[in-house]
Amino acid sequence: MSGPMIKIQNLNKWYGDFHVLKDVNLDVQKSEKIVICGPSGSGKSTLIRCMNRLEIHQKGSLIVDGIELTDDVKNLEIVRREVGMVFQHFNLFPHLTILENLTLAPRWVRKMSKKDAVELAMHYLERVQISEQAHKYPGQLSGGQQQRVAIARSLCMKPKIMLFDEPTSALDPEMVKEVLDVMVSLADDGMTMLCVTHEMGFAKSVADRVIFMDAGTIVEENNPEDFFSNPQHERTKEFLGQILH
Amino acid sequence: MSNSIDWFKKNLFNGWLNSVLTVVCFYLVIKFGAGVIQWLFIDSVWEGTSQTCRQADGACLVFIKEKFLFILFGFYPREIIWRPITGVFIFCLLLFLTMNRKFWSKKLIYGWFLSFIVMAILLKGGVLGFVPVDSDKWGGLPLTLILATVGLIFSYPLGILLALGRRSEMPIIKSFSVIYIEIIRGVPLISVLFMSSVVFPLFLPEGMVINKVFRAQVAIIMFISAYMAEVVRGGLQAIPKGQYEAAQALGLGYWQSMVKIILPQALRVVIPPTVNTAIGMFKDTSLVIIIALFDLMYTTKASLQDPNWLGFTLEAYAFVACIYFIFCFSMSRFSQRLEADIKSKQEH
Repeated sequence: MSGPMIKIQNLNKWYGDFHVLKDVNLDVQKSEKIVICGPSGSGKSTLIRCMNRLEIHQKGSLIVDGIELTDDVKNLEIVRREVGMVFQHFNLFPHLTILENLTLAPRWVRKMSKKDAVELAMHYLERVQISEQAHKYPGQLSGGQQQRVAIARSLCMKPKIMLFDEPTSALDPEMVKEVLDVMVSLADDGMTMLCVTHEMGFAKSVADRVIFMDAGTIVEENNPEDFFSNPQHERTKEFLGQILH
Repeated sequence: MSNSIDWFKKNLFNGWLNSVLTVVCFYLVIKFGAGVIQWLFIDSVWEGTSQTCRQADGACLVFIKEKFLFILFGFYPREIIWRPITGVFIFCLLLFLTMNRKFWSKKLIYGWFLSFIVMAILLKGGVLGFVPVDSDKWGGLPLTLILATVGLIFSYPLGILLALGRRSEMPIIKSFSVIYIEIIRGVPLISVLFMSSVVFPLFLPEGMVINKVFRAQVAIIMFISAYMAEVVRGGLQAIPKGQYEAAQALGLGYWQSMVKIILPQALRVVIPPTVNTAIGMFKDTSLVIIIALFDLMYTTKASLQDPNWLGFTLEAYAFVACIYFIFCFSMSRFSQRLEADIKSKQEH
C-alpha cells in the first residue's frame, strides 16, 4: 500500500466547551518515527488517543491503515488490532500473570492457539529481556519492567503502528533508560511509531520528525536537528528553553 | 512461662483503662458462659418426657431429640424421610467442596448441575419408582437450602448482567436496568413474594398452576439480583479507566474485555459485600413463610405448637440458630479465605 499509514485531516475535538484539538493535519508514513511534544494540556495525548479512538473526534477525518475511524465498531476493532498502544501507567492486567497478559489478546482477538500464543509471548518477553518473570504478576515487577511488559503485550498483536503515550513519565529516573532502549530497538526494526514524550534525547536519536503542539494545534514540525538547533516559533523556543534548561 | 506473663501484661493490662476493661470483660464472659454451661450441660435433661423437662431448670434436649427430624424436614412423610436426608447430605458435601478452591473445576459445576436433578428427583419423586411427594410437604432445611443456593446461582449472573446494563451506553438497556433495580430495591421482599404467589397467578389462564416453590424461587432470584447488581456495580466502578482502555487498545470486544479483564477484577473487589448479600439472602428465605412455604424457620415454630411440647421456645430457637449460624459462618469464612488466597497470589 502506497498511501500514508495515518492520514489526519482537519481534526477537531471538544471536551464540552473546551476546544482541545483545532484543525490538526498530519500524515504519517510507513516506518516513520514521530515524536510529539508540547506543554501539558496542549492536546498531544488526546491526539494520539484519537488514533485508536480511545477519544472520539467530532470533526474532520482520521484514516488509519486505509480505514476511516467512525462509529462503526467492526472497523474500529480491525484498526485496534493493527495499532498498539503503550500507556503512561502501563495498565497491565493485575489479575493475570505476565504471560497471560501477553497471550490474552492474541488468543481471543487473533484466535491463536494457546501454544502459538505462548511461543509468541515468550519471544517478545525475551526481546524486552524479561522472560524470567513470565509467571509473576504485574504487582511483583518494578515500573520499568512493567512498562517493558506493556510494550511486549502490544507487540504480541503484531501491530503495524505503535502509539506511546508518555511511556516514561511515570517511571523512576533510573528505569527510564531500560524502556527507551526497547523503544529504540523497535524503531531500528522499522516500526511506525508515534510517541508523546519529553525525552528529547530519544527524539534526537530516533525521530524522523518532531512535532510541537500548543493549545490544540501543531505549532511546528521539523526534523530533529533543525527542530532543536533552530526552532522557528516563539512558543517552541520558550518550551525548549524550559525543558532543555 | 515469663513469656505468657509478658503477653498478658502487654495485651490485657496495658494501662489502667485496659486493666479495668479486661476485668469487666472476664467477669461478663465467666458469668454469662457459666450460665450457658449450667443450662446446656449441667441442668439439662437428656432422657425422659416433656414432664421430666418441665421439672428441670436446664435445656430440654429431649425436645430436640424428639423434634429435630420435624424441624429439619417438616411434613415430609416420615417413612421416606431418607430421601430429603440424602439430598441435604449431597448438597452439604458439594457446598463443602465448593468452599475449597482446590476442588474448583468443571467437574464441580457438573456435580452441582447433577445434584439439583438428584435433589428434585429425591424430593418430588414420581420417577424411578419413588412415591411422589407434593411440594406442600417439602419443608425445613432442604427447602431453605434449595431457595438459597438456586437463588444465589441465578441471581449472581443476573446481577452481573444488570450491573453491566446499568453502565451500558445503550439507552434502552440502561433504563431497563435502572428501573428494574430501583423498583425491586424500593419494595420489601415480602411484597415481591406476595406478588409472585397471589397476584401473579391471577394473570395466568384458567386452570394453569405453577408450582408454589418455583414461584417463590423466582421472586427471590428477582429480588436478590437487584441487590447483587448494585454490589457488582460498585466493583465495576472501582476498576481504573486504564484497564478498560488497555483492553480496548488491544482490540478486545466489549464482552471479551468484560469477561476476561474487568469482571474478574471487579468481582474480586466486591467479595465481602457479595457474601454479605448472600448471607442476607440465606436468612431472608425464612420470609417464604408468608406464602405458606414451610422453611426451616417455620418448621421450628410449628414444632412448638405440639400441645405436648408447648413452651420449649428457647431450645427450639437455639437449635435453629445453630443451624443458620453454621451455614452463615461457613460462608463468611469462605469469603475470607478466598480474599486471602487472591491477595497472596497477586502480592499487591
